[in-house]
Amino acid sequence: MNNTASPAIETTAVGHRSTDWQGEAMQKRIAKRYAAERRFKYMGLAAVAISSLFLAFLLFVMIGNGLKGFIKTEVAVPIDFVSATGGASPDQLAGENAERNLNSLDIAGIVNTAIEIEYGTDGSEIFTENSWTDVRDALLSNPALITQNTSVWLTAKSELDRAAKDDSNEKYEALYAKLKDAGKVQSGFNWGFLTGSDGTDPARVGIWGAFKGSLITMLVTLSLAFPIGVLAAVYLEEYAPRNRATDFIEVSINNLAAVPSIIFGLLGLVVFLSWLDMSRSSALVGGLVLALMTMPVIVIAGRNSIKSVPPSIREAALGVGASPIQVVFHHVLPLALPGIMTGTIIGMARALGETAPLLMIGMRAFLTSPPQGITDPSTVLPVQIYLWSDEVNRGFVEKTSAAIIVLLLFLLTMNALAIYLRNRFETRW
Amino acid sequence: MTTETATAAATATATASGTSKMTTRNVDVFYGEKQAIDGVSIDIDMENVTAFIGPSGCGKSTFLRTMNRMNDTIPTCRVTGEITLDGEDIYAPSMDVVQLRARVGMVFQKPNPFPKSIYDNIAYGPRIHGLASGKAELDQIVEKSLQRAGLWSEVKDRLHESGTALSGGQQQRLCIARAIAVDPEVILMDEPCSALDPIATAKIEELIHELRGKYAIVIVTHNMQQAARVSQRTAFFHLGNMVEYGDTSEMFTNPQEERTRDYITGRYG
Repeated sequence: MNNTASPAIETTAVGHRSTDWQGEAMQKRIAKRYAAERRFKYMGLAAVAISSLFLAFLLFVMIGNGLKGFIKTEVAVPIDFVSATGGASPDQLAGENAERNLNSLDIAGIVNTAIEIEYGTDGSEIFTENSWTDVRDALLSNPALITQNTSVWLTAKSELDRAAKDDSNEKYEALYAKLKDAGKVQSGFNWGFLTGSDGTDPARVGIWGAFKGSLITMLVTLSLAFPIGVLAAVYLEEYAPRNRATDFIEVSINNLAAVPSIIFGLLGLVVFLSWLDMSRSSALVGGLVLALMTMPVIVIAGRNSIKSVPPSIREAALGVGASPIQVVFHHVLPLALPGIMTGTIIGMARALGETAPLLMIGMRAFLTSPPQGITDPSTVLPVQIYLWSDEVNRGFVEKTSAAIIVLLLFLLTMNALAIYLRNRFETRW
Repeated sequence: MTTETATAAATATATASGTSKMTTRNVDVFYGEKQAIDGVSIDIDMENVTAFIGPSGCGKSTFLRTMNRMNDTIPTCRVTGEITLDGEDIYAPSMDVVQLRARVGMVFQKPNPFPKSIYDNIAYGPRIHGLASGKAELDQIVEKSLQRAGLWSEVKDRLHESGTALSGGQQQRLCIARAIAVDPEVILMDEPCSALDPIATAKIEELIHELRGKYAIVIVTHNMQQAARVSQRTAFFHLGNMVEYGDTSEMFTNPQEERTRDYITGRYG
């Protein structure tokens, strides 16, 4: 009986202790415990608030800058196609010879003359040398235009475009004000940004090339990493004997998941490009490298979710005479699938945002057309963002942000799909 | 110890009535170095329900699981001795485990329906063994199994709802129906009522009565009253030995062994 150590406990005359719950010391201790709890709660709230604040800031800046990237400015140029072409017929611009006939008409010359007539020396400040391609595209899609005397809308130079968005120097702002007063400018949704590829003029670049590259690379990654990862997880969890070799493999896979991604890039450079001589800058090599990076994540997630399938389900299946492989494919794998998918999506999301290893294998090429297959040179969204963020031309700032928005949307779509699939396959017991 | 076992074995052989469906001779089970079962010899026949009783950790469940080789899944487990089904050694290399487990079905301690529909739970076994040639036949098997398990009237309108949505007692009867569906010869039940309330337990016991004679039934239980209610033959296990094996009525009124008497009268357990 020791009552000096804890004052709240008193020894009664009979000899057994009774706790004084009402005593001052005890009340103080209780108050202290509640205070600690409150403190912990507030700290948690603060942590959540800070992270939401950062997220909100990021989204605000991205969307604020990026949305402008989806808007383009166009300036009207009146062209009398009939007199300029000397009476070309629309039939010439249809069929298989369309492009050749169009080239012989010297559209560039026609457009440049028209610009000079309308705007004089300002012409070179409003349009780029490539602005005439808008006319070519318009004629190809609508040959009837060749018989008209009409006004065509051409994409304006990046500086003027920025002036339209209140972000340029005085010269262009004055020019823009003049054009606006004359009713010769309009703004519209920049479809070209969603359908085009990289270029030198920020007003004419597009994201489709990089987007398609990302899509192809992800498909290569998924089709390699998912089956290999899942089968490895199943084997290690259900079949592998418990011995030193298995332990070694387990440790190696865990370590592999933590290896910095640039190392995988170096590996890809040496193995796939130098030794196996695969095509440089291709989505195939990029996909292979990212698959190597993603696979350990899938193996780990897969093993965990296979482990969490209750053993009673395995016993039940064995008990009615299912063979081990039937137990795995009829029962264990379907029940583990939601967990495996979550792991796969985390891995794929990481792969989608990966830049460093792809730079190592040369996926940073300047490509003005989207890849047609897995062996074509291609680039991916994060690399494109990296390249544009490095550009000197200020017009690329909003394009960078717009590309980030596209990347985030791609990611969100992927995650949404994963959540949908997971909920669809989820079974409760 | 050995003399006792020998006696028990002798008793078992002597009192076995009718044809023996399964026999075991001098079965030892080891988990690594540790011996869990020591020289058990027993005969299981078609006509009677056999109960294994004994205190926790006495090896009765372990022994039950050797009878359809469910313990194969435990890497350290080793079985010696002879266990036969219709005179065939089930541990012989020629024995197909998958077939064996279809012939010797099992019901587990905790109800473990697959997280699938009631229909699919029952149909799974017949499907993988190819017991039904078409949808109609499969429907028939499902209905017959559920009827035998006394569950048909309760679930016939919701065959496509999840088996896990049933109550605990219904789940366990579903598991029995699932075992019946592959048309086994022997059904092993490992404490099938330990997770159930008294009413559900009564229903399972009733069901065991009805199944008697159609299948050789072995039930492990730690509940002596249950053993007395459902079984005709009882084996008492203690510390890995089978102490006594005989007619249930005889065993509970006039046990031959000191340890059996102590257990039945509740001196330990």
